[in-house]
Amino acid sequence: MGMTIAEKIIARAAGVESVRAGDIHTVALDRMMSNDGTTHLTVDMYHNKLKNPRIADVKKMVFIVDHNVPSDSAKTAGSQKKMRDFARKHGIDFWEGKGVCHQIMMEHYVCPGELIFGADSHTCTYGALGAFGTGVGCTDLLYGMVTGTSWVLVPETVKFNLTGRLPEGVYPRDLMLTIIGQIGANGVNYQVMEFTGEGAKALSVNDRMVLCNLAVEAGAKTAVFEADEVALAYLRARGREPKAVFKSDADAVYAREYTFDLAKVVPVVAKPDFVDAVVPAGEVCGTRIDEAFLGSCNNGRIDDLRVGAAAMKGRKVAGHVRFLVVPASQEVYRQAMEEGLIRTFMESGAIVMNPNCSVCWGSCQGVIGENEVLISTGTRNFKGRAGHPSSKVYLGSAATVAASAVKGEICTADML
Amino acid sequence: MEQFTGKAWVLGDDIDTDIIIPTEYLALKTIEEMKQYGFSPLRPELAAQIGKGDILVAGKNFGCGSSREQAPEVVKALGIRCVIAKSFARIFFRNAINNGLLLIEQPDLYDDMAEGDTVAVTVNQDVEYRGKRYPIASLPENLMEIIAAGGLVKAMRRRNGLDGERGQADGTDGC
Repeated sequence: MGMTIAEKIIARAAGVESVRAGDIHTVALDRMMSNDGTTHLTVDMYHNKLKNPRIADVKKMVFIVDHNVPSDSAKTAGSQKKMRDFARKHGIDFWEGKGVCHQIMMEHYVCPGELIFGADSHTCTYGALGAFGTGVGCTDLLYGMVTGTSWVLVPETVKFNLTGRLPEGVYPRDLMLTIIGQIGANGVNYQVMEFTGEGAKALSVNDRMVLCNLAVEAGAKTAVFEADEVALAYLRARGREPKAVFKSDADAVYAREYTFDLAKVVPVVAKPDFVDAVVPAGEVCGTRIDEAFLGSCNNGRIDDLRVGAAAMKGRKVAGHVRFLVVPASQEVYRQAMEEGLIRTFMESGAIVMNPNCSVCWGSCQGVIGENEVLISTGTRNFKGRAGHPSSKVYLGSAATVAASAVKGEICTADML
Repeated sequence: MEQFTGKAWVLGDDIDTDIIIPTEYLALKTIEEMKQYGFSPLRPELAAQIGKGDILVAGKNFGCGSSREQAPEVVKALGIRCVIAKSFARIFFRNAINNGLLLIEQPDLYDDMAEGDTVAVTVNQDVEYRGKRYPIASLPENLMEIIAAGGLVKAMRRRNGLDGERGQADGTDGC
């Protein structure tokens, strides 16, 4: 019986010929990422809970400060100092202020075929390059750092056949929210989403990141695309080589299969307080907003800034709205400057911020107050996620968010 | 077979990690300081009402959202003996096990459960409520070992450190 891409990656990392869904295997981790959300806890445990602490392979470790950048309080400054000092002492690759962790990982580290643990739920993003990235807590991260290994229960894979092309004005984010709206917030709990088909092949690596990144919002262990020529070209352009290029076998076993026709996707919005509360954007048009956010590991890349800037060109942010634009990395930021997008945003009255997680995780920047409404390209819209428990978060595409910032109420770009 | 009873608090579907412990309180230094804010966006009074040995009963997808390990730590610090839900989000599941918090998947109990009632749990066997037995699956041995030890780090210490064994082939002697 054949294996899926995810099963092949686990088999490789476990050093076995084949694996089956439901097996538990000890795996050698290819890479581990930890950010300032929890690294200080890992460091504390390393120093205080272990009898004989050591790092199995420092070259596999990456620490990234991205959640509170720059630090917003003495407390977060203290946590970050602990992380920074530890990284320097042990020679761990350390990034600070350069971008959101998953964007940094994709720009500089992730290779097809790798098994990567990240102490962040959106580590599933790395499937865009044919890697198996999955989010873990700080104890799993500690265990992996110290032993170089972990255990994995081999998840089932669910196949998502993508056909057709997205219509103009409809984006990968609309597609992924549509998929989550259909299958539900635990629609693929502890399963792998494998995106395939002609529609998948036509997507860029950045587009694929949008899909893979939100897989956890459907409960997935991870998501993956085949590392095809599109992925390998992205890798080559950055001077990296794949670990292994895997394809799913023709007789691989899938738990279920879905087919989505991209041509039928429309602009959508996820309503408060659940990512799967997805409706056509038209249904919530007219909802007054207080803040708009364009950024995050899901939707803060150059493509998204281009889409946002196109909506802002020659227009102004509504008088009662704060519009936060947060490029996902310094690389994205520089590119946006070179293309004149930053100028467009600033002339429109947007607040352009440094790369970081910003209001997407409800800390550091742009936190919203009592009963305020945010429309966001962020990852989640849980109750109180962006600030006060009574505040509301709507999720939409970069086009919908930028258009809403102009109008001061939720609208799609074609309504401007 | 380990048995215990506890008073049940009933929560709904999709209880996410931002509800379990909101971002703004993650900067607090200790779980003891954080725990008073547990579940505050949904039920601000709940944390103070939960007593040691109480049980949480919830619907589907408990613990969805972020990988913040403070979430299961807060639940445990509040005195919760175990969480019984229709299903758990996978990162939370792993983090809970790694912190020695028992999670039980049971598809039907939630639909029948009234808050404040007492339930009786027989680990790896069933949950008894109002005279009815709700079967539960056994957790794999490696996970039960972690829970019994009080978490992954303690389990590794027990396995490799405290008994004097060193230099295990899998490299876990560091723990």
